[in-house]
Amino acid sequence: EFWDTEFSSESILKSTMNDFICGQYNRPFLESFEETPMLVAVLTYMGYGILTIFGYLRDFLRHWKIERCHIAREKEEQRDFVPLYQDFENFYTRNLYMRIRDNWNRPICSVPGAKVDLMERTSRDYNWTFEYTGRVVLDVINLGSYNYLGFAENTGPCADSAAEITMKYGVGVASTRQEIGNLDRHEELEKLVAKFLGVESAMVFGMGFATNSMNIPALTGKGCLILSDELNHASLVLGARLSGSTIRVFKHNNMQSLEKLLRDAIVHGQPRTHRPWKKILIVVEGIYSMEGSIVRLPEVIDLKKRYRAYLYLDEAHSIGALGSRGRGVVDYFGLDPCDVDVLMGTFTKSFGAAGGYIAGKWELIEYLRSHSHSAVYATSMSPPVVEQIITSMKCIMGEDGTTIGCDRVRKLAENTVYFRRRLREMGFIIYGNEDSPVVPMMLYMPAKIGAFGREMLKRNIGVVVVGFPATPIIESRARFCISAAHTKEMLDRALSVISEVGDLLQLKYSRRRIQPSLSLPCDDIVFEDIDD
Amino acid sequence: GILHGHEKLPELQSGNCSVLNCRIILEINMASGQQWVLVEMVQAFYEAPAYHLILEGILILWIIRLLFSKTYKLHETYKLTEKEKEDLIEEWQPEPLAPPVSKDHLHLNYDLVTGPPSHKIILNGKECINFASFNFLGLLDHERVKEKALASLKKYGVGTCGPRGFYGTFDVHLELESRLAKFMKAEEAIIYSYGFATIASAIPAYSKRGDIIFVDEAACFSIQKGLQASRSFIKYFKHNDMDDLERLLKEQELEDQKNPRKARVIRKFIVVEGLYINTADICPLPELVNLKYKYKVRIFLEESMSFGVLGEHGRGVTEHYGVNIDDIDLISANMENAVASVGGFCCGRSFVIDHQRLSGQGYCFSASLPPMLAAAAIEALNIMEEDPDIFTVLREKCKHVYKALQGTTGLKLVGEPFAPALHLQLERSSGSRDSDMQLLRTIVDYCLERHVALTLARYLEKEERFLPPPSIRVVVTIKQEKEDIQRAVSCIKEAASVILK
Repeated sequence: EFWDTEFSSESILKSTMNDFICGQYNRPFLESFEETPMLVAVLTYMGYGILTIFGYLRDFLRHWKIERCHIAREKEEQRDFVPLYQDFENFYTRNLYMRIRDNWNRPICSVPGAKVDLMERTSRDYNWTFEYTGRVVLDVINLGSYNYLGFAENTGPCADSAAEITMKYGVGVASTRQEIGNLDRHEELEKLVAKFLGVESAMVFGMGFATNSMNIPALTGKGCLILSDELNHASLVLGARLSGSTIRVFKHNNMQSLEKLLRDAIVHGQPRTHRPWKKILIVVEGIYSMEGSIVRLPEVIDLKKRYRAYLYLDEAHSIGALGSRGRGVVDYFGLDPCDVDVLMGTFTKSFGAAGGYIAGKWELIEYLRSHSHSAVYATSMSPPVVEQIITSMKCIMGEDGTTIGCDRVRKLAENTVYFRRRLREMGFIIYGNEDSPVVPMMLYMPAKIGAFGREMLKRNIGVVVVGFPATPIIESRARFCISAAHTKEMLDRALSVISEVGDLLQLKYSRRRIQPSLSLPCDDIVFEDIDD
Repeated sequence: GILHGHEKLPELQSGNCSVLNCRIILEINMASGQQWVLVEMVQAFYEAPAYHLILEGILILWIIRLLFSKTYKLHETYKLTEKEKEDLIEEWQPEPLAPPVSKDHLHLNYDLVTGPPSHKIILNGKECINFASFNFLGLLDHERVKEKALASLKKYGVGTCGPRGFYGTFDVHLELESRLAKFMKAEEAIIYSYGFATIASAIPAYSKRGDIIFVDEAACFSIQKGLQASRSFIKYFKHNDMDDLERLLKEQELEDQKNPRKARVIRKFIVVEGLYINTADICPLPELVNLKYKYKVRIFLEESMSFGVLGEHGRGVTEHYGVNIDDIDLISANMENAVASVGGFCCGRSFVIDHQRLSGQGYCFSASLPPMLAAAAIEALNIMEEDPDIFTVLREKCKHVYKALQGTTGLKLVGEPFAPALHLQLERSSGSRDSDMQLLRTIVDYCLERHVALTLARYLEKEERFLPPPSIRVVVTIKQEKEDIQRAVSCIKEAASVILK
């Protein structure tokens, strides 16, 4: 009998959800994560197995001084201290990461725009140390920087106004917002951010990472519950941890999982004491930077309203990059920004600057002004950085009297759709949402991480490759970030090279046929479709 | 089946061939009577009727099920019906996300700076001499620094659009890191894009759950956050009290002797500040180094207030005391005070520092420092290296201010004579922290009226582990001339005598 009631109520719930989805989404929500082919998965595990065996072998050789050891050593007087690192901590770094280390931290010596100049470097000891040859690899097509709207520029209105402010203000502030570092420029920026987002008030901080990790603790504390998406960024995880709240994790973008946690939390209260939670904060991101997925915001907002939870939305990657007006994921779904309690975002990406903001109701921001760790203890934002944000934001808003900003937002959307479609047609497995400018392409095998990065660079294209621990162990991937600054020629050149390297390394894993049409009816939401 | 074996003993002789064979083999191998029973059991098994075996099989399965099923489902009796659940959900009322703040709350009214926060500062519309920004060396509006920042802006733009790992490493970052290492005479340096995040990321990169950190009670807030993020055991010792620290270290040593196996993996750290921002005094570094080797504990030193201030060449506390920098495991400082740019850095031996490039959260997961800010820091280092006299000038000014501020009615000057950021505390508290703050604020406002910019030291009162008493910051910079200092000091004294009668 018990099971019956449970079952029926759940099915009712589901059907209401579906009706609701139909009403909430104003466009098809196409998101896919094609299943890893079985053979590929097996081979990937084998790859790691072989790497591990060789790792142990080489550790053995290093131990007996047969192989030269390049690892920095503890100083002689401190040899009898407790070791600073556990041996196994570094096994992965020493034996796997070191082999393909040349794919990361590639130094650049130009604007991180659509094309970028890299400093050439070589290694004579298999990546343990690098030497700079002094040569520069010119005009590498940049598919790695988060330069979504192309505001990473050294000429034009943004650079000009930032230059002017540099000469007028200098670059430092040397005090905190609460003491004597509250500049007129900061206040102007905050008013502009609030206006841009369509909310009452906003506050800005000097570092995006710290915006999360230093403000979540001001909002929740002991006796509060944080419901966090499993793929949330490290800064959100750190902030949640520092807050002292209880943290529960729901499956990535899975609304059933979130609802279950919400219901259970309210019904059962805090563990052991069974007191009701003081408050529940749902923490999600707009675009997930490793998956390329977009949060199911309409459903999240419905859930948060139904269960009276609060919503913290991190728009680090989505602000500027999504929505017809560039106002982020809220704009993308055509929702009311006031339905999100805490709007957070960064200026690093779309605005080509640095730092982050939190925006929302007047009371919230006033509270943060007095309780944010950042406002009290951290040096406030550098004036030229503030100026860069003001100018680029005004440009997106069209307040500079041009349509440049508007055009860039549109161009980015076009580029994204085009690039994703072409990759899919070529037969790569591409993760994420059709409209997300973050495009993860699956590589799976550890050896292909390094090979792909290197082969692309040989052909003058800079890409980002990521593997464990940033992704699940078998889901290594390359990640392309599309920019409005990319021209069609650049994208076509990049695509043909990707296809070429893809053939070379056999990366065209997809077993799915290309859907002929994208115009699906509203209720045809592809939800983690893994059928093939 | 066991019990039935005995009953069937007489039937043994009629056993079939294979059982007999088996029996013979067993007989050869075994000698005692005990083993006979075993044989009989096997025999009985063969001979038992099918229904019996099935029944016994079911019994065994039943026992297994009983063993593995949860004995007593307590919560099942409390299972709520859907209706009850809905009611509970309906009933629940959360606290507001942000508690309402009263409009007259002290913190809310930020002082507004119009224009650059340099030596001359326009604060709330009044042009003042700046005695509040940590711009110790006056590099904030130094022409050369600005020019270099501008040149960098013209080359790289403002933002880096990525973390260090993903095309966010610029040649300027590499140059700044090697310059910092050279300046500090350390093997390696690593830069962060935010001063606060530097030590707060560095501590949890090394110290993990189960490790032990010994910390001075006066440690600043970013250290406290780093400690919290590390989830290690934290042991606070009294401010600058080496005996108290040694007591804790001894206690730990005894503990370790009890459990040497565990002690072999527990890392131990001492975290101190060079010049404490909260108390303006200096840590006894030579004694700390002695304790380090005596008890085999590593030292992390936070030098945001002393880097570019103490020592003949501005290298900080190590140079001030003549301590070998290699004896300190990690030095961290921000580039937001003396260097007057933005960001922070850690330096030390490569063995230690390099680890942060994969484990420092604020390094790996954050966008890198805008190149123009790095360029400004490089130029600031150039100026510091070219003209080490500025450190002497600063020290002289500090001493001058320190001396001049002695004997202020009702106010107590806290700090070392060579510290550039001093605290003025109330000699007698009025009883409540709020009214103390109000009193000090009145003094600050009085000075502001007379064109001297001061500020209250701000803290998160509920978050601080050991909340420092309310105070006014007095910051000395080399830009302050004799007359400026004279004016500020007389202003403060006047204010104190008027307000704190």
